[in-house]
Amino acid sequence: MKAFTYERVKTPAEAAASARLSSEAKFIAGGTNLLDLMKLEIETPVHLIDVNGLDLNHIDATDEGGLRIGALVRNTDLAADPRVRRDYAVLARALLAGASGQLRNQATTAGNLLQRTRCPYFYDINQPCNKRLPGSGCAALEGFSRQHAVVGASEACIATHPSDMAVAMRLLDAIVETVDPDGKQRKIPIADFYRAPGNTPHRETVLTPGELIVAVTLPAPLGGTHIYRKVRDRASYAFALVSVAAVVLPDGSGRVAFGGVAHKPWRQAEADAQIPHGAQAVYDQLFSHAHPTPENAFKLTLAKRTLASALTEARART
Amino acid sequence: MSNQGEIPENNHPGQSQHPDFSLSRRTLLKVGAATAATAAVPTGTALAQPTRAVTPAPEILPLTLKVNGKSHQLDVDTRTTLLDALRENLHLTGTKKGCDHGQCGACTVLVDGRRINACLTLAVMHQDAEITTIEGLGTPDNLHPMQAAFIKHDGYQCGYCTPGQICSSVAVLKEIEAGVPSHVTLDLVSSPEMTDEEIRERMSGNICRCGAYSNILAAIKDAAGEVKS
Repeated sequence: MKAFTYERVKTPAEAAASARLSSEAKFIAGGTNLLDLMKLEIETPVHLIDVNGLDLNHIDATDEGGLRIGALVRNTDLAADPRVRRDYAVLARALLAGASGQLRNQATTAGNLLQRTRCPYFYDINQPCNKRLPGSGCAALEGFSRQHAVVGASEACIATHPSDMAVAMRLLDAIVETVDPDGKQRKIPIADFYRAPGNTPHRETVLTPGELIVAVTLPAPLGGTHIYRKVRDRASYAFALVSVAAVVLPDGSGRVAFGGVAHKPWRQAEADAQIPHGAQAVYDQLFSHAHPTPENAFKLTLAKRTLASALTEARART
Repeated sequence: MSNQGEIPENNHPGQSQHPDFSLSRRTLLKVGAATAATAAVPTGTALAQPTRAVTPAPEILPLTLKVNGKSHQLDVDTRTTLLDALRENLHLTGTKKGCDHGQCGACTVLVDGRRINACLTLAVMHQDAEITTIEGLGTPDNLHPMQAAFIKHDGYQCGYCTPGQICSSVAVLKEIEAGVPSHVTLDLVSSPEMTDEEIRERMSGNICRCGAYSNILAAIKDAAGEVKS
């Protein structure tokens, strides 16, 4: 691990002021992904700003009937919150489908959104990777690509976003609240939070240098039946090959988002509108521009069948 | 550490801290910011780059670690993980280093009563936290019930993963009692039950390459008392 300087901060303003000092400073909260990457020298911040002392670990009801989740709320605590379990079951289910008990105890809400891909070529510093080293190429295109994206990818990068939680957040239209080093606050709809890889896969989100996530806000509950169906190589503690988050309402309408298939949670309003017409119609809308590799083409069949299974279960329970 | 050879002579572990240390760090950061002006990337997407800010000299910070009820004053390199601080600085070698990347669970310890991977957290992030390791759960003369159950049920073969398994399983029972749901909890709204399936799912972050899982499950069930099958 490369050396870095370290400080603890107590307020978002202190964090911002410190972040302004170096473009290669990083915030650390749970650290479960960042330290993993620092040990491999994939991430090499010169300064770590420990934000665990910020008062951002509450879940509060909003005036609009939703929930405002502090950036530092741990994954375990978010999944265990009675309001989340009752009103946002898809989020609790997605959280519990991810990682291990130990990691969920440490990992935070904001950190989960900012996880880096687990693409093996991103992790191997001896391999070309446009996400890690822009312009170096993508070893996954001709390599082992079983886990990789089938839709939304580019010639520069076919990595997937690893988070389960983010898929549920996208389904629920969560809002990411931030503050930048000038103290300017903004609210970013999660639909706009992740960038398409294009020619700049190293730029993953719309966050600006030093911008700190302070909360993630959920709108009022949708009601309906909530499903999070994750398909993976092991029954537990593995990243998704394909995952489906779905909410189906009593009138047959609903929402669907996929994980494991793209660089971000994969959802389209046009596909949601097809839910009353069945899984095939939803699938056709979401994956009409799919571009799988020979190794991961199976994900398309898997996506269609997992969606059909999830919608069937949702309708049976609605 | 991979680059211990770069530690300058005037800044090695164990040396007392100067009061102006933070000042020198600030100065360093300003220099770093100036040299990195052409390489700005958004926080959250930093990556290996051809040009980068100069890696600072290793920083040694004073730290109070409360482990198994006892406070320890340490000077640690900021890069030191909690796992390495326990093993190398405090010589509490019961906590094991397996993968060192949060995948195997051998390093599981309890921090303020919650189980975490000690390999994926920095020691300096745990100033004043209450840390419990396998040495703090029980002793050979006064075993924790979970330790006794692992012995009784032969819940290990080589034993390397065992301290992590035991720390994790002590926390698992508390998590179920506290009503924390899991991936296999059928009804999210009501409290989870103590079943084989629940225990197996919750222990999935602890890998045993000897494959002692069935005996580990038996030990945890024994320590838990009544378990629904």
